[in-house]
Amino acid sequence: MTNITRTDVLIIGAGPVGLFAVFELGLFDMKCHLIDILDRPGGQCAELYPEKPIYDIPGWPSISAQGLVDKLLVQIHPFKPEFTYNRMVSSLEKLEDGSFRVVTDENEVFEAKVVVIAAGGGSFQPKRPPIPGIEPYEGKSVFYSVRRMEDFRGHDLVIVGGGDSALDWTLNLQPVAKSVTLVHRRPEFRAAPDSVNKMYAMQEMKELDFQVGQVTGLTGADGQLSSAIIKGPDGDVEVACTRMLPFFGLTMKLGPIADWGLNLHENMIPVDTEKFQTSVPGIFAVGDINWYPGKLKLILSGFHEVALMAQAAKRIISPGERIVFQYTTSSTSLQKKLGVHD
Amino acid sequence: MTKLTFIAHDGTHFDVDAENGSTVMENAIRNAVPGIEAECGGACACATCHVYVDEAWTAEVGEPEAMEEDMLDFAYDVQPNSRLSCQIKVRDALDGLVVRVPARQG
Repeated sequence: MTNITRTDVLIIGAGPVGLFAVFELGLFDMKCHLIDILDRPGGQCAELYPEKPIYDIPGWPSISAQGLVDKLLVQIHPFKPEFTYNRMVSSLEKLEDGSFRVVTDENEVFEAKVVVIAAGGGSFQPKRPPIPGIEPYEGKSVFYSVRRMEDFRGHDLVIVGGGDSALDWTLNLQPVAKSVTLVHRRPEFRAAPDSVNKMYAMQEMKELDFQVGQVTGLTGADGQLSSAIIKGPDGDVEVACTRMLPFFGLTMKLGPIADWGLNLHENMIPVDTEKFQTSVPGIFAVGDINWYPGKLKLILSGFHEVALMAQAAKRIISPGERIVFQYTTSSTSLQKKLGVHD
Repeated sequence: MTKLTFIAHDGTHFDVDAENGSTVMENAIRNAVPGIEAECGGACACATCHVYVDEAWTAEVGEPEAMEEDMLDFAYDVQPNSRLSCQIKVRDALDGLVVRVPARQG
């Protein structure tokens, strides 16, 4: 029997709005578990623009995106949220008792009384490189990540990209593959200088090949690649290629959310503006992923949404219990939860 | 006001009046120029506002900075005159600037 992790509220997405939901739910004694596809909290703030300043967080004339994430983590610390990273939620179903079962792409099972979708623009997924006709090879001879190095043994491997992933896998798979060709459109890399130096040293020893250029075509049949055409400064070059690893960064896709039986509005989830509940009672959507008339995709709107959502979530988790509206400034019971009352 | 011309991939011209200090990307979005997605909203964190600067204008527009070059790695069919339009600021000297929108963004 699979292990089932049980929690009061399962939050899908650990961006700023998902994180602040922990705070608002925590004030009402609800325990939260967050799942995110990235390897750390912060969502777009951490992945896309950590160094960029944000100017419209009330009380912060300017704060970096990563700075905001760090402060949110401190703010929610008293509520001891649990995190599962590097996972995409693949299914969400309602059980007979009204609670929900959530399963990740690695088949971990979670059960919660309430689910909050705070998935922003969707899940970050590897970007398909701009190579015409690549689709039929995906998952067969073109891969966007390395699960087992053995899968590349004895293959003519072409790695495309100039960041750390591209360089690290070039170095790590070189001893396993039959041949390795690294393709990058310019001789400057975004990767750690040490890896770049190692790569050049191996090229010097003819242990691998580095080509400046862009992959413009593929040949092969039935999903199995045989060669890649590289357009370089001196024209086209054809190189043997039976496995390809393109590293073109991440993009956001709605992903499996579309299959969960929720009503959708142009890839967003419609909610009411009292509870921010979706078309399925007990499933809420907050932040950039939701839609209602007048919706603005602002972090500050997401913060407002989670405060109201928490009230509705509390009514589901503790039916019949009277909800007392209190201020953190003056309520001793809230201050005890925050660990600031002596 | 500074005049900008966007040439969409199908050849349609979009002539727009741009305010100095705004970015070329912002003017494309404001005027609904097709083919400029600007997924990240102008943070130089994606490569979906990629344009080709008309050859007559490349010198005046200038070269991308290192961070923009890094992002251009993710763009489709990058040419020597490729730029991310969110990183080009409109100024008097760019009056009449012509940029072309690529076949696709990534």
